[in-house]
Amino acid sequence: MSTTAPTISTRVKVPERDPGTPDPSRTGDAAKIAVRDLDFYYGKSQALHGVSLQIPERIVMAFIGPSGCGKSTFLRTLNRMNDVIAGTRVVGEVLMDGVDVYQPGTDVVELRRKVGMVFQKSNPFPKSIFDNVAYGLRINRLTATKGELAERVEQALKDAALWNEVKDRLKTSALSLSGGQQQRLCIARALAIRPEVVLMDEPASALDPVATHKIEELIVELKKQYTIVIVTHNMQQAARVSDTTAFFLLGKLIEVNSTEKMFTNPNEKLTEDYITGRFG
Amino acid sequence: MTSLTAFCTVAAIGILLIILAYIAMQGIGALSLNFLMNDPRPVGEGGGIRNAILGTVMLLVLSSLIGMPFGIAVGVYLSEFGTGRFGSVVRFLVDTLTGIPSIVTGVFVYTIVVVPLKHFSALAGGLALALIMIPIVARTTEEMIKLVPHSLREGALALGAPQWRVTLGVVVPAAASGIATGAMLAIARISGETAPLLFTAFGSRFFSYYLDQPIASLTVQIYNYAISPYDEWHAQAWAATLVLMTLILSINIAVRFLTRRKF
Repeated sequence: MSTTAPTISTRVKVPERDPGTPDPSRTGDAAKIAVRDLDFYYGKSQALHGVSLQIPERIVMAFIGPSGCGKSTFLRTLNRMNDVIAGTRVVGEVLMDGVDVYQPGTDVVELRRKVGMVFQKSNPFPKSIFDNVAYGLRINRLTATKGELAERVEQALKDAALWNEVKDRLKTSALSLSGGQQQRLCIARALAIRPEVVLMDEPASALDPVATHKIEELIVELKKQYTIVIVTHNMQQAARVSDTTAFFLLGKLIEVNSTEKMFTNPNEKLTEDYITGRFG
Repeated sequence: MTSLTAFCTVAAIGILLIILAYIAMQGIGALSLNFLMNDPRPVGEGGGIRNAILGTVMLLVLSSLIGMPFGIAVGVYLSEFGTGRFGSVVRFLVDTLTGIPSIVTGVFVYTIVVVPLKHFSALAGGLALALIMIPIVARTTEEMIKLVPHSLREGALALGAPQWRVTLGVVVPAAASGIATGAMLAIARISGETAPLLFTAFGSRFFSYYLDQPIASLTVQIYNYAISPYDEWHAQAWAATLVLMTLILSINIAVRFLTRRKF
């Protein structure tokens, strides 16, 4: 067993740009995440084609698009979760605070501590509620004392709007929670290690409307502290929670715009067709 | 269809119950506190199986100490890292190992441990039983770990856990009760073994807890008494069988109780 996460993906360096020519994707230096010319392959099939995108700090960006358009794949390149899938390959750059996360020698553990993730299907560990939230804190040794650990767990549960529902039963199994509570527990687990970016892969797709509403309120609340990137199938959800929306189709990024503009007067015909339900 | 399968189920369970009832009937007569608390004596003087109970427990503990870590480690390796060609070769070898007759394992350990050390020992017996245990534990561990959903691994990786911590801290605990059940099966299997002990632990009529000396076991004692010409020893063999069965049953119940799903 190795001490670091396996990196099966290989990376091919993009040719250096001539410093004289202006770089179109390098406009806003304030971007938390800047992706440049990203191609992604599952074996021989290419899932992403030359995606370039800037994600500013402390906003909610939503990725929309039909199934199989590459939005989840793209999301998973941001914290290198695709590394665990054998035979994947990345070309291009993903800059996190200006540092390419795919450059050799990158500490993947460090990256994933900065970039938290919430999955489509809630995946609490078969441990107690407390131990679930404490997991990331413990493995990364982020707290010195038991009291500090308990404090951080409480804070994370409060941030995820779950504290009042579970404060009297922290020692009971996480699997005894309802689906919506489990998903908020997974959000608390991700928030506990205080990431800078939170990636959410269709976090509400398996939940009922009430639980979905709670998650959406939470996302808007979390925006104050975190940069949030959310993949969603639900366009109303994208419209409700996000500041910026990116539309993917067949592995290409078609349009990025403010959510308001995107849903009222998009620049691209394809975007309009998708949003108005003409396909997808 | 339903009645046919129901008939076969009843028949299979019925045979098991008949065996259990027959052993209980035959064994209960010679069973007493004295029988459990005394060492063997010459024919006609009573005596008991205290040394054999201790011997069996020691052999089980010894073989578990050797066999479980190896078996579980092999199972974890096969499920988490054994996807390539080497993995399938190991898997095939483990399956083959399961099929080796236990007497062969006994003779093998006799050759590599007993002969060089020049005497039978509890350690050799424990090793022989451990060798039988490893493939069983390995395959059940592998199957149980494969049942752990992939999303749990991703959840842990996404929190910045390195692969080994994901395996040890999340995946193995999630499969713990299944792994324990596999370990139970292995213990139940080896506690009934006689053949591999004949050439290794050898058996003894005296109370002994030394690892480097021959040691008694219930199975070997039952075998020796059963082939003797004395009615008294036959009765004692039945009683010892009853004790052995009760022992296995209680280990089973205890482990079920200890590993029942807490979460």
